[in-house]
Amino acid sequence: MSNIIITDTTLRDGSHSVRHQFSVEDTRRIVEALDEAQIDIIEVGHGDGLAGSTCNYGFSAAPEIEAVRAAAQAAKRAKIAVLLLPGIGTVPDLVQAREAGAAVVRVATHVTEADISHEHISEAKKMGFFVVGFLMMAHRGSAARVLEEAKKMESYGADVVYSTDSAGALLPDGVRERIGILRERLSVPIGFHSHNNLGLAIGNSLAAIHAGATYIDGSLGGLGAGAGNTATEMLVAVLERAGQKKKADLFKSIDACVQVLHPVLERHGVRLPAIQDPMMLGFAGVYSSFMLHAKRAAKRFGVDYRSIIIEAGRREAVGGQEDWLYEIARELAAQ
Amino acid sequence: MTNKVKVGIIGPGNIGQDLMIKISRSPVLELACVVGIVESPGLQRARDMGVDASPDGVDYLVQHHGKDIQIVFDATSAKGHVENAKRLSPAGIFTLDLTPAALGPYCVPAVNLDERMLQKPEVNMVTCAGQATTPMVAAINRVADVYYAETVSSLSSFSAGPGTRANIDEFTQTTRTALEKVGGADKARALIILNPAEPPIYMSNTIYCRVRHVDMEAITKAADECLDTMRSYVPGCRFRMRPILRDPEDDIVMLAVEVEGAGDYLPPTAGNLDIINAASIRIAEAKARQLLEGKA
Repeated sequence: MSNIIITDTTLRDGSHSVRHQFSVEDTRRIVEALDEAQIDIIEVGHGDGLAGSTCNYGFSAAPEIEAVRAAAQAAKRAKIAVLLLPGIGTVPDLVQAREAGAAVVRVATHVTEADISHEHISEAKKMGFFVVGFLMMAHRGSAARVLEEAKKMESYGADVVYSTDSAGALLPDGVRERIGILRERLSVPIGFHSHNNLGLAIGNSLAAIHAGATYIDGSLGGLGAGAGNTATEMLVAVLERAGQKKKADLFKSIDACVQVLHPVLERHGVRLPAIQDPMMLGFAGVYSSFMLHAKRAAKRFGVDYRSIIIEAGRREAVGGQEDWLYEIARELAAQ
Repeated sequence: MTNKVKVGIIGPGNIGQDLMIKISRSPVLELACVVGIVESPGLQRARDMGVDASPDGVDYLVQHHGKDIQIVFDATSAKGHVENAKRLSPAGIFTLDLTPAALGPYCVPAVNLDERMLQKPEVNMVTCAGQATTPMVAAINRVADVYYAETVSSLSSFSAGPGTRANIDEFTQTTRTALEKVGGADKARALIILNPAEPPIYMSNTIYCRVRHVDMEAITKAADECLDTMRSYVPGCRFRMRPILRDPEDDIVMLAVEVEGAGDYLPPTAGNLDIINAASIRIAEAKARQLLEGKA
């Protein structure tokens, strides 16, 4: 089984949520935290990609190339990615991004228009980029059409091709159908990017993995356009539950969201729902009413709430055994 | 036929065949020759119209019609035009370059078609988006001083040919340059979107102008007059949205122009191809009138 490669797009798709106002310092901090969590690829920049800073999409707070440079300097392991939409960004923008340290480019077109990516994909390959072909609004193309367009991107030199659910409109069956045919008929790895507009982001991501996708996108806390993307930390948790191999660390990806991203978002007046604590119940298989009790016990004994929940799961606690949580917390504190 | 100037077309593809129909309506242009580099339905269409047509390219045109043809439309490719220009220029044939080669100056009839422009050996037609947006930027710049212009042109997918698709950077960069050099914006950006909706959409162009003098009355008047000028040679031009201030607190003027094609050879939803052809006909007719007056 191959590793699932996670691309975190908090700093790119998530830019939409802060109207593209992330500062260079915000970028540096968040990249450091994601890198620490061993996320494979970190995408940065304006929500609409290179040169997306416009009247039409909103102007960025920080010059995009400075953000790319800061990200590349902050990442010790992760590769830094940029997005390019032909018709908006151009090859000279790619040259600049490459010079600033970007190693991956995702070249994105509407699902029926892959041929406008030819020059950008082939030029990016010449520059030494790892190139991802990104077919947006995949729900607007049949599986056969997605395949036809994906084959074009593969023929231009794309190293990976994504079926991208930009509208969050696909249901798991539609994801499986599109990813399945790509997996079967393309030689390059297949990726999936979700939006949670119908509440299906993580389920669709899992459907994509089961259909053969090995590149999956997430963003911390699910930050992103519309209802956002699959939450990266939830993706890590679900991959572990599903027995999939990945490099990313669960606790550190949660920390990246709660300890690093949340304070940054607060300064931009954005608050995300607190999904991380309940997520742990699902991860550990623990009765849902345990959450508030475990948090109280964690506070009382100064231990990590998550470790209490995981231990309760390991001990196979059943509904009604809230009393065990204090005991576990006390034991953990003593260790 | 002494009151008409003889013209030729190089490249009998979609653009070339649409031009054939437009030329046949012109009171001052007479189509004398159409050439391509292979036998094609476009050449056959020309013959059906009683026009001399050949697959032997620019050489045939210059050899057989070098003396009588005074204006040529080049609807080949950037590369093709560079070669064609080497033959047309020594023959003294005024050339309308509909390719992205841009060896000659950009010409947008509503903005900079004047005597001096007509004396050039050739002029370039910019891009369809440039023809649709530059006039409005120039008009608003004259009354409000545009320091940043940005255009978003949406084209129906079917109307964007392989040439445009393979060179989309060239398309956006050429349009941007025209917005600055011809439109007069200090800085500009041009974006292009392809939309595959069925039935196809009309070409739509949203134009943002960041202006130093926010005088909406003057801006609206200038835009209205500009639209009238454009409609004199592209009747299918209309506002989707007359100028508004996008945000009352800001300096961003926003308007949108839709182009419905004449439906000559190409369907009305290919307004992008229609506008560049219609603009080139406008220039050719101005040149023809000048030539005819010169003779008289």
